[in-house]
Amino acid sequence: MKKTELPRWATGFVLPILNLLSALIVAGLVIHLLGESPVDSLRILVDSAILDPEGLGYTLFYASTFIFAGLAVSIAMQAGLFNIGAEGQMYVGGLGLTLAVLSFDASLPGWLLIPAAMIGAAIFGALWSFIPGYLQAKRGSHVVVTTIMFNFIAASLMNYAILKLIPEGQQNPASRVFADSAALPLLNKVLPVFGDTPLNISLLLAIAALVIYGVVVWRSSWGYKLRATGLNAHAAHYAGVKISRTIIVTMLVSGALAGLGAVNSVMGSTHYLSLNFPAGAGFVGIAIALMGRQHPVGIFLSSVLFGALIQGGFDLSLEKPNIPQETFVFIQGLIILFCGAMENFYAPVVMKVLNLTRRSTGTSTTKEA
Amino acid sequence: MVHQHFMLVENMTVLDNVMLGNEGAFKLASQRGAVEAKLREICERYRLEVDPLATVHDLSVGAQQRVEILKQIYRSANILILDEPTAVLTAQETASLFEILRLFKEQGKTIILITHKLQEIMEITDEVTVMRAGRVVGAVQTRETSKEQLANMMVGRPIQSELPRAPYKPGAEVLKVSSLQLKDGNGVSLLSDIDFTLRAGEVVAIAGVSGNGQSELLEILSGMRLPTSGRVEFLGKDLPYAGRANADGLPADFRGLGIGHVPEDRLRDGVIKDFSVMQNTVFGYQDHVKNRWGLFDFKRIAQRCAHLMQAFDVRPNNPDLRIGLLSGGNQQKVVIAREVAAKPKLMLIGQPTRGVDIGTIESIHTQLLRLRDEGVAILLSSVELEEVRALADRIIVMSGGRITGILPVDEFDTTRIGLLMGGLHKS
Repeated sequence: MKKTELPRWATGFVLPILNLLSALIVAGLVIHLLGESPVDSLRILVDSAILDPEGLGYTLFYASTFIFAGLAVSIAMQAGLFNIGAEGQMYVGGLGLTLAVLSFDASLPGWLLIPAAMIGAAIFGALWSFIPGYLQAKRGSHVVVTTIMFNFIAASLMNYAILKLIPEGQQNPASRVFADSAALPLLNKVLPVFGDTPLNISLLLAIAALVIYGVVVWRSSWGYKLRATGLNAHAAHYAGVKISRTIIVTMLVSGALAGLGAVNSVMGSTHYLSLNFPAGAGFVGIAIALMGRQHPVGIFLSSVLFGALIQGGFDLSLEKPNIPQETFVFIQGLIILFCGAMENFYAPVVMKVLNLTRRSTGTSTTKEA
Repeated sequence: MVHQHFMLVENMTVLDNVMLGNEGAFKLASQRGAVEAKLREICERYRLEVDPLATVHDLSVGAQQRVEILKQIYRSANILILDEPTAVLTAQETASLFEILRLFKEQGKTIILITHKLQEIMEITDEVTVMRAGRVVGAVQTRETSKEQLANMMVGRPIQSELPRAPYKPGAEVLKVSSLQLKDGNGVSLLSDIDFTLRAGEVVAIAGVSGNGQSELLEILSGMRLPTSGRVEFLGKDLPYAGRANADGLPADFRGLGIGHVPEDRLRDGVIKDFSVMQNTVFGYQDHVKNRWGLFDFKRIAQRCAHLMQAFDVRPNNPDLRIGLLSGGNQQKVVIAREVAAKPKLMLIGQPTRGVDIGTIESIHTQLLRLRDEGVAILLSSVELEEVRALADRIIVMSGGRITGILPVDEFDTTRIGLLMGGLHKS
């Protein structure tokens, strides 16, 4: 009997790797057309993003933000919600963080100030996703439409807010620089191998968030209800799940996670609130959630991959003048295309191969038939 | 073909609906006048009162049905198939539909009417073919038959099979339903004047052709849906429908009170296909299996699941298999096991053995009768009269959202039940 479904190892590893390879091959083709060697470019990319310790530090620094963005999109996906507003939620989260820091950085010590700023970021991010969540739950307005609109509203709101926060006499459209107490502890203090990189405790927080996410989604009754709602809302209603409340709470958590994504770059690197600081990290979160299949390990690995692409892409453009700096955006787009839109492109092929090997080895699968 | 649920684009005019699929490329505008004239002529000839330029969603249900018929005539159909055409019509609309159908017949066209209403069959048809469970049971000339004969053919003769059961000794009153009403968003009545009681240690089975309000009644009693009016007392207390905007979360409250529910559409409501058997054994009871940290107590869940799978003989005996891969019968065993394990005082069961293999039917019936003997009040609905007879102490017959008769199982009589199912009131 033919199996109609792929085993988990195939959907979890084989398909993403095939998709990723396809994206890289197309990227390689384009690099070839630009007159550069794809193999050479890949070597430079890997060298500067993974093998070089300082480069790895930067890769992980970018990944810390991406993990939060990926988690934000993933938890919403578990409930069947496609939150594409992580970008706006992260941006507004940055405002919450900044307001907390600007109010307290003169009075509070770092160990109180940093948690307070994180709470501010989470609350503002959650508030920004509350309205789309509420509208979806109570009015049926599709969350895809509302969250993307809220990205634009967030951009305008932040223009206004940052304008108000520019200290007198400053040319740069940004808030004042935070006090030193607001700087996140850097990891190179403990691990000097990372050299002079902004890699900070956000990475540890992100990993903790991944663990908490895994436990909550798969081991708590709340996560159970969340997944039930995402898989079959009729049945969830039968099981006594309050669907609209689940949707709203999920969007709040999703927004809070996106908001926390602001902590890494604002408090770990720039130390002030600047215009458009998320720089697309919220959108990268969508790709990460799709590619990582909303699984903590998958989210971590894809976040590192995207971090490496930014870091490596930057160095690549320095060494190869024919390759513009936007290569990262371009490869990212290809990965989203292959891992998101064409997610199951190779599924029929893989299935055929599997069925062939099964028949030839003669193993039966009657257990699941 | 006129479907039971109309195939109309609601925000387009009658004219556009008729032309849909026949637009003729870019010549749309030039044709409209001609089509409109032809429609008016058809309306005249068949006395169909429809304004071709009216928008469909402004029309009454009866008029929408006339649009469907109009569509078929315009496409010069010679055979008209109508699926339960009177289900949504008022008495007057039904009368005028039959006028139209008679006119149609005079014009030499053929009409195939799909219906379960005996009255209509006798009134308008020439020949009847009776189908039951996907098979033709017989074909007769209408003038040579009677409602009683049709009723008998419709329900079939149940096989006399007796399962062991304790003598009928109903206990205290568990459920009392009084003047329950339900209307849908358009004000169409789905349930009206539902009154009955149910006692401990008693099985009451609702018989009826599918779609006559049984599903809605069970949904209301399980908390999945709010009634429009009326009250339901459970163990002497009103069930908390009042003052709620929606039924969100209500099924959990009802479970807490001691109402178990095996839904009739297992895959839509009863299980999550992508969850494992083990995860499905806590579905609906997910808040009762937490340890002191608020996380799932997997050890307890696994033990519970192993116990249930053994007690109800779920095969294959693998708690980690996705439930979607189990056969219908084994899925149903999991659902029933789960609801029984919560020790309910009232058990609601929609179609206990729908999509269940024959071997499993008897084991499910035995389990349900054991539950009854233990003093649980059971309300089930079934379209299988055989099942109703095998399980029930009392039988409620429903038709058109009303109770048309309540009788003890001793007075089981297929003809009478068939007549009641066909919408003929207690006479």
